[in-house]
Amino acid sequence: MSGVDTAAAEGNQPISPLEPAPVKTGGALGWVREYLGGAAGRNIGLVVVLIVIIVIGTVTLGDTFLSPANALVIVRYATVTGVVCIGMTFVIILGGIDLSVGSVLGLSSVVATLAVVQSTAQAFWPLIVVVALLVGSLAGVINGLLIAYGNVVAFMTTLAMLIAARGLAEVLSGKRTQILNVRGFTDFLGSSPLGIPMIVWIFALVAVLGWVLLNRTTFGRRTVAIGGNREAARLAGINVKRHTVYVYALAGLTAGIGAIMLMSRTTVGTSTHGILLELDVIAAVVVGGTLLIGGRGSIVGSVLGILIFSLLLNLFTKYNLDPSIQALIKGLIIVGAVLLQQRFGARGSTRST
Amino acid sequence: MINVDHPTTLLEVTGLTKAFAGVKALKGVTLSVRAGEVHCVLGQNGAGKSTLIKTLSGAYRPDEGEIRWLGETVSIGGPTQALALGIATMYQELDVVDGLTIAENIYLGHENSTAGILNRRDAAKKTTELLTRLGHGDLNPNREVGTLSPANKQIVSMARALSRDIKLIIMDEPSAVLDSEEVKNLFRVVKQLAASGIAVIYISHRLAEIREIGDRITVIKDGRTTATGLEVAETPTPALIKLMTGRDIENDFPPAVAIKPDAATVLEVTDLSLRGEFSPLSFSVKAGEIIGFAGLVGSGRSEILETIYGARKATTGTVTVNGERLRGGSVTNAVKHGIGLSPEERKSQGLILGEPIYKNVTLSTFARFAGGPFLRENAERASARGQLEDLELRPADPDRAAGTLSGGNQQKILLARWLVHGVSVLLLDEPTRGVDVGARAEIYALIRGLAAAGTAIVVVSSEIEEVLGLADRVLVIADGEVLRTVKADEIDESGVLDLVMKGSAA
Repeated sequence: MSGVDTAAAEGNQPISPLEPAPVKTGGALGWVREYLGGAAGRNIGLVVVLIVIIVIGTVTLGDTFLSPANALVIVRYATVTGVVCIGMTFVIILGGIDLSVGSVLGLSSVVATLAVVQSTAQAFWPLIVVVALLVGSLAGVINGLLIAYGNVVAFMTTLAMLIAARGLAEVLSGKRTQILNVRGFTDFLGSSPLGIPMIVWIFALVAVLGWVLLNRTTFGRRTVAIGGNREAARLAGINVKRHTVYVYALAGLTAGIGAIMLMSRTTVGTSTHGILLELDVIAAVVVGGTLLIGGRGSIVGSVLGILIFSLLLNLFTKYNLDPSIQALIKGLIIVGAVLLQQRFGARGSTRST
Repeated sequence: MINVDHPTTLLEVTGLTKAFAGVKALKGVTLSVRAGEVHCVLGQNGAGKSTLIKTLSGAYRPDEGEIRWLGETVSIGGPTQALALGIATMYQELDVVDGLTIAENIYLGHENSTAGILNRRDAAKKTTELLTRLGHGDLNPNREVGTLSPANKQIVSMARALSRDIKLIIMDEPSAVLDSEEVKNLFRVVKQLAASGIAVIYISHRLAEIREIGDRITVIKDGRTTATGLEVAETPTPALIKLMTGRDIENDFPPAVAIKPDAATVLEVTDLSLRGEFSPLSFSVKAGEIIGFAGLVGSGRSEILETIYGARKATTGTVTVNGERLRGGSVTNAVKHGIGLSPEERKSQGLILGEPIYKNVTLSTFARFAGGPFLRENAERASARGQLEDLELRPADPDRAAGTLSGGNQQKILLARWLVHGVSVLLLDEPTRGVDVGARAEIYALIRGLAAAGTAIVVVSSEIEEVLGLADRVLVIADGEVLRTVKADEIDESGVLDLVMKGSAA
């Protein structure tokens, strides 16, 4: 429940530290005001952070940082985590959590590679895609069924899945890395239509579809309603349990998509894919402004969140920072973002984007 | 014991008022409690008993009025201050910490320690002494409170009060969670406390209990004291009921519209029961008819509504709407068949407070507005705005957050939700709780209007007058059982109270 406090501030322009003063435009610019008044206004804060990081990078590193090639490196790095972030955003808005996405991604990659490695050398490559998506969704459905109908708390259900899926992936692969030598698959996903890598296109497509799903469909409305007040949604006749299963299935599906992208980048399927991915994903979603208590969240925010992390990593790598120092700074950034988010939680507006 | 000629007045309350968001819960309460007496406070649901208790225990600060303690004017700024004066409160919802032991609970907040190290043995010893005093010396002080029965939790709560040096203990419906054997022990303890000079303010609905242990009675109605310091022995029951009933402000109930003689039966409930909550009951509601459930808090009224609605799974029985049998335990199924529920707790069960009004209005219909999977928010908005205008909710701005509205307007949103949905059966649980007088009349008119349009309506309310004023027929309920089904014009408020108080006597 987002609570009374959030409600009290609605109607007035939310004023928060990361946000510019309320925009006072009217008439033809009315839509601008409406846009900035909502969660998009909060996203401005994230954009500002993004720009600050870019400026710092440009000033200190010059062209090695601010180049189209490096921009692609940054975005490419964000793609796999970013796609999984989209599914996680729905889960967290619903008021849940999915710790298993990293393991499910690993398992999907293993099963998908086994499906073609065992058959002929030049297998029908879309099979990899279908198998990865199915495995991911199935794991999500199992999570969802246990949470919705078994009444096991999401944290424990998905923690169990985190452990079990990783174990199953190791058993199936015999802890060996499977080389993926399927030309069609690597050719297709390795291609760069319009000069932009295919996996970046996939990330963009998933993000756009996720935005539409959250903001423009009954599925999204149900997700926000259940996260906002589960009991009210139930008593209004929404099938809360069934929807919970769908949302976890969606998170599993995005883990499956992530597996396909990671396989194309590494050309291997292995049980070690996606280790600790869930932490980066949750961090990015929360930094992006989605409330951990559910009921409010933003796809745009999640995308900005993952881009910020990706930018920072790129910067750190170029600075040659010790990985331990990197981890330390990352931790501080997460805490800072969550502290800011609590202020939003107390007085922000409630629209989702 | 008590000096009858010159009893010491311990607590004297005069002209106490308290308002919440403009709605006055207390409008002038006067109360005088002597040392060593059991003083009963009697009043209907919503009369202001809980507010009075919370004011005395320091949870609320009164707006006006005077509290004199041992002859001196005091202001009780918080629970700690109340305890320092010597006032302890046992709330209805037992406020014990399940994960701690009995001794830890009793010394919670005033731990017995030396330089931060707890003196566990000493605490255990003192706990046993307290428990023995309360007739429960057999309880192990190191037992976890979560493993205790409600009765024993209450003993712990009482022991905690006694672990401090108190002169007055307030008990809010202490017998509600107890069976008759446990009630006897409670009475023994209460009498013992009084004998040792501690005053007890005892809140209860049950007249039989009051007769057994009470010394004097104060009656509260509509936030005002109607009688104080009545001697229990000298006051007959009809006189008490008379003091509790009637209203200062007469509610304005619109005239009932006669049900059409050929009206079809819409809702048919047969042998419906829920184990531990209510016994099998049957009734039917015709199109245009309003059925009311009258009974006290905890009588099972809300549970019956929620079971009809499928929010709880019935143990036995069936619910039929327009001849079609509902699948038990499925709200989605009930809604599909045209039942709507406006729940008791608007904020926690009815509304998504942070979301705009229109999304709350269309919470059960947004999929119908949608084209395929895609929402049509403007259509939702327009429909919501139309409803807001019809219901005279001002301002009729569908984009305002539901949480910013008053109780009356929030209730209108819930009604609007089912108006947009279109229901043949509407279940209303406490439709005017927290709603001010003006908005009440509007909501009554709306309910009547819906009935006139052919909706079958079931109303539950703590206010007996409201049930009688709205309903065509009334089911009087106590302890999960239907005591009587009567036409609303064949019974009055005191008749209902008489039934439920006798029916639920311990």
